[in-house]
Amino acid sequence: MKFSILTKAVAGGIALSAVMAGTAFADPALIYDLGGKFDKSFNEAAYNGGQAWKAETGGNFVDLELQNDAQREQALRRFAGQGANPVVMAGFSWTAALTAVAPEFPDTNFVVLDTVVDAPNVQSILFDEHTGSYLVGVLAAMKSETGSVAFIGGMDVPLIHKFYCGYAQGARAVNPDINLIENYTGTTPAAWNDPVTAGELTKAAIDSGADVIFAAAGGSGIGVLQAAKDAGKFSIGVDSNQNYMQPGSVLTSMVKRVDLAVQNALTEAADDATFKPGLTILGLAEDGVGYSVDEFNEELITDEMTAAAEDYKAKIIAGEIAVHDYTTDSSCPL
Amino acid sequence: MDLFAILSILDATIRLSTPLLLACLAGLYSERAGIFDIGLEGKMLAAAFAAGAVAAVTGSAWLGLMAGMGVSLATTLLQGAASITLKGNQLIAGVAINMLAAGMTTFLGQTWFSQGGRTPPLGPGGRFEPITLPFANELAGVPIIGPIYAELISGHYILVYIGFIMVAVTAFVLYRTRFGLRLRAVGENPKAVDTAGISVVLQRYQAIIITGLLCGLAGAYFSIAQGSGFGNNMTAGKGYIALAALIFAKWKPVPAMFTCLLFGFLDALQIRLQGAQLGGVEIPVQAIQALPYVLTVVLLAGFIGKAVGPKAGGVPYTKER
Repeated sequence: MKFSILTKAVAGGIALSAVMAGTAFADPALIYDLGGKFDKSFNEAAYNGGQAWKAETGGNFVDLELQNDAQREQALRRFAGQGANPVVMAGFSWTAALTAVAPEFPDTNFVVLDTVVDAPNVQSILFDEHTGSYLVGVLAAMKSETGSVAFIGGMDVPLIHKFYCGYAQGARAVNPDINLIENYTGTTPAAWNDPVTAGELTKAAIDSGADVIFAAAGGSGIGVLQAAKDAGKFSIGVDSNQNYMQPGSVLTSMVKRVDLAVQNALTEAADDATFKPGLTILGLAEDGVGYSVDEFNEELITDEMTAAAEDYKAKIIAGEIAVHDYTTDSSCPL
Repeated sequence: MDLFAILSILDATIRLSTPLLLACLAGLYSERAGIFDIGLEGKMLAAAFAAGAVAAVTGSAWLGLMAGMGVSLATTLLQGAASITLKGNQLIAGVAINMLAAGMTTFLGQTWFSQGGRTPPLGPGGRFEPITLPFANELAGVPIIGPIYAELISGHYILVYIGFIMVAVTAFVLYRTRFGLRLRAVGENPKAVDTAGISVVLQRYQAIIITGLLCGLAGAYFSIAQGSGFGNNMTAGKGYIALAALIFAKWKPVPAMFTCLLFGFLDALQIRLQGAQLGGVEIPVQAIQALPYVLTVVLLAGFIGKAVGPKAGGVPYTKER
């Protein structure tokens, strides 16, 4: 018995090294955050970006789904050690691991989304969530008949307040008297995956008069979309285009083009000539954020609403309207 | 606060207390028969997953419910085999069930559906719809009684009504039937039951079968009634709160109902108090979210008095040494 386990282990080891040897070229690597690559939201968008890059260039990339936080540094070292270049990471939890590993592999180009790591071989990509949220706030306020719109955030962290603050500014721009309801599902990471609480918060918001609810709550957002649909109200999705999830009830989605960012990173960071270390911010002008319109919600958005949203978008890009970013001073002046 | 706001909170109270109530009654059968059941959480979680998965694949809420109850029953029997037949430690068997359920549901969910451990969202028919009771719409116009009937009593999922009916059924079974007498007896003094020629082992298995079925209902409520599809660890500690409610209610069905309603009410209040102002200062979210737990501690410590559980609880029955 012991012998057979040993042989299996040896055979497994050989197989594993064979696999590793097979990937020891300059194939780029893509590492998702916890939650799995098919999470219908953030990670899936990163995966889709990788697939788009594959279709466009015919190249190949290796990817990995993390199972726990302890694997972060190990995964980075393994991919970088095998010569994967660039190594792209999705998620704000990568800060510590990448800060430790990046100096060990000065010849490898790293790209990280949603956080900033200051190293000469790291490109940090952030998104202007507040301007995208501003536009969906405009749409929400125009759609609302009750004069009351709600926001259900996931974990109570500054990044999510940034969404709320943009949304609130957009809604107030259209209707200065609009009532705003702001709720968070929790204060721990479990808040990203609590559709039941999110659904209850949504019902409470609807009971107090809200008829458009923006969910910036990761997996908990499913509960918001469902509760809004059940009550015959409107919801707004986040990150990926979630319009299809409850057709006719999801007004629009505040999309964050993680896919585009990953696709570009895989191309540009592979070559030192085009690699842009430092901070890159993707906003409305770069189509890094925006609101989605497709066959599932085109009937919900009137021409007047589109015109207004496009008008605000142009003004924000031109700098005529400055949308306040919550994360700069941890406050939201309205 | 007007009538509508009060009704809205009470309505949420009923929605939020139902899974607690079902789990609490499930625990009552088991603990009254002398088996400590710390595995309520795990059984609910397994049932929630099975119900969500089967409802997603078949598109039928009823098949989902059957699957949930079946899986919960199988899990209970596994726990029973360990703690009744094999005379293992009941607490450890329960903890093992909780860990098994937490790991297996996510693992199987990821393997089968590849959505980060979730099951796909359910379409129409895949989940239970709220039931409008007769005359609810006609009576809605009547002052006071109309809104109470239409908003509060009508318009819940079938599992909610089952939960409250089960309180009456449990009270009757426990105190008015031969089965109930024997059930209480094996929890208090199994030797006496054995001497009377009744099988303690059989009686305890019968009790935990009911526990399993009720946990199945509670779990299914999460994924195919209140929610739409299973999410990782979606029972979120409700099994432990149900256990606390059971102790708080001193293992009696009707007090158990009121305790669960109290916990549900605190939860509903917590959700509605978010962002509320008190004397011009906004109450921090964290403080409000801690409220139910703080009150639980205060109530348990201050008002309950001494809670004495079934005497033979936690002890596997050994016929002779």
